[in-house]
Amino acid sequence: MDLRYSDSDEAFRAELRAWLAAELPKLPAPPARDDWTARRGFDTDWQRRLFDAGYAGISWPKEFGGRGASPSEQLVFLEETGRARAPYVGVNFVGLLHAGPTIIAEGTEEQKAQHLPRILRGEEVWCQAFSEPNAGSDLASLRTRAVRDGDHYVVTGQKTWCSFGHIGDVGELLVRTDPDVPKHKGITWLMLPMDLPGIEIRPIETVLGSSEFCELFLDEVRVPIENRVGAENDGWRVTNVTLSFERGTAFVSELVDAMQLVEDLAPMIDDVGQRRELGHITAELDALWALTQRNVTQAERDGKMGPGAMMIKLGYTEARQRLGELSLRVLQRGSLDLGEPHGFVEERLRTLALTIAAGTSQIQRNIIGERVLGLPKEPPAGAVVGAPGKAG
Amino acid sequence: MHFDLSDDQRDLRDGIRSLLAGAFPIARVRGGFDRSMWDELVEAGVFGLRADGFTWADAAVVFEELGRVVAPGPLVWGLLAHDPTRPARIVGGLERPEAGTPAMVEYLSMLDALVVVDAEGVSEVDPSTVTGDAIEWPLDPLTPVTRVAELPAGTRTARPAVATEWLVQGAVLTSAYAVGMADACTVLSVAYAKEREQFGRPIGSFQAVKHLCSDMAVRVEVARAATHAAAVHLDDPTLGGTERAVSGAKLLAGEAAIVNGKSATQVHGGMGFTWEVDVHLYLKRAWVLDTVFGSGDAHADAVAATLVR
Repeated sequence: MDLRYSDSDEAFRAELRAWLAAELPKLPAPPARDDWTARRGFDTDWQRRLFDAGYAGISWPKEFGGRGASPSEQLVFLEETGRARAPYVGVNFVGLLHAGPTIIAEGTEEQKAQHLPRILRGEEVWCQAFSEPNAGSDLASLRTRAVRDGDHYVVTGQKTWCSFGHIGDVGELLVRTDPDVPKHKGITWLMLPMDLPGIEIRPIETVLGSSEFCELFLDEVRVPIENRVGAENDGWRVTNVTLSFERGTAFVSELVDAMQLVEDLAPMIDDVGQRRELGHITAELDALWALTQRNVTQAERDGKMGPGAMMIKLGYTEARQRLGELSLRVLQRGSLDLGEPHGFVEERLRTLALTIAAGTSQIQRNIIGERVLGLPKEPPAGAVVGAPGKAG
Repeated sequence: MHFDLSDDQRDLRDGIRSLLAGAFPIARVRGGFDRSMWDELVEAGVFGLRADGFTWADAAVVFEELGRVVAPGPLVWGLLAHDPTRPARIVGGLERPEAGTPAMVEYLSMLDALVVVDAEGVSEVDPSTVTGDAIEWPLDPLTPVTRVAELPAGTRTARPAVATEWLVQGAVLTSAYAVGMADACTVLSVAYAKEREQFGRPIGSFQAVKHLCSDMAVRVEVARAATHAAAVHLDDPTLGGTERAVSGAKLLAGEAAIVNGKSATQVHGGMGFTWEVDVHLYLKRAWVLDTVFGSGDAHADAVAATLVR
């Protein structure tokens, strides 16, 4: 058991550090927080710089244009970009971390050729259209309907929490293609060009007063059959390829980011009680980093992330919220300004979403309880006519 | 980087686990610490691990298993103060309390030697020269305690640097033991939640109970990662940040043992409040362990002290 990165990992770190030191000063000023067009420009510009330097798609296999980095190199990449305060993956998130990996795993050769290079170069921004007003934690109960009509699916329904919907080029869309089978078995995964007729996009104003999220209203939108990824009615399995990926790696850079916030906050605290609390949160973040290193070791050995990833998500999001809460108490009346220069107040609001997005903490606890500990599932609440299948 | 148990460490864990499962059933443990237990652990090589060339990470693996069966005895001191020329002697120890505060000495009547750690270094005290009041009802029934008004000075056996090292190493071994206890509480709770039925179904199917169990499991994984990281820092001090890693481990492992002990009591319902169910033995030991090698509060302060002010 050791915590030493290999010589090749350290060489990769040195090379990346040198590149970041040279490249970051060339970046334009970040856009205003509610200017999403400018945000798209800034984030895709960063993605293009990563691409030109050979760092785009760090975890993607080389044959699809990625870096093909080992899990430990991915950890080094996220650690170094985080510490250097490089731009976050931002609007490229869905393409790089959701849709791209899904297409790599399940897409046809044509789909791969059409989308993967454009995602890597920052030329194609993806958005996510999974959740619905009545399908949140119980995503598989989604009702947006797709009916075959010749070589098209005709899609009608409503989606919500569509990340980057207003600036996206393509959406990853889950639709119901068979309403007469158990809910997990009638879902299909489609690529939705966001400029098709019949799509109405309305931004959702979040507690931050701005948003990366939208509602989508789909009214007989004609999506070509060749936009289907995976088989018809096999979309739930295809989706889980994506979601397991999200739960595996998506929180590593957030963890690095939280450590930066700890270091920013530390010099501002005099109160002994608050310092002790910061020490406690720091210990938890350190431990979650150690658990991340354990996961990476297991991923390198087994080729997949273990249950530790879910535990990191649960632990990290709760710890980060407590850090945000502490920062407000440290700032006291200074916290009344959302634009406070350290960014703690905006962070506190933003992190309210962490225990909700990508599986609420409660759903994570269900999954850990049932899949890791083997506890029995909660029986469905009564026999609901027309909604076969199990809840949860 | 390979931050997980090696094949050898898995074998070590499985070997000690099966040995302890056979030798330390809870019925025997409930009888309290005795010399035969110590002799068996000496025979198994537990206290000589470091002298025999095993790493701190290896020792952490072994101590987690000792915690799993809530093995009694001054086990951590047994390893720290191990003397290969007198391998079988029972060594207890403690940090010398501030002047005017009585020392609470564990297992005094069974000790062959007592080591006392303070700012001046390590001293060895002949236990037969120590007098005090044996506590009639110790908090932990398996940790007998004697209240000693004045601890003899004893004979100086090591310099301050050794005392400091022992406190750090003892914190790591105690963390590992606490992780084992926290895991055992999770296992007990999950088994009970699968078996106990109310309202016509296993209570583990209720989210309120399930979530208690899930949080217990998460606490164990996080604390174990922290503890293994601390042990690796002891093995490889040039990594830097040993103190912070050790303090984080003691804080989180100690907390995992206490909170999992409380959660296990809750999952067991009324049975959790009985002497018969084993959970209280774990919770009480967890409280005891928070008083040695630095409390959780002290370690939280120590972690905070590593941050730039």
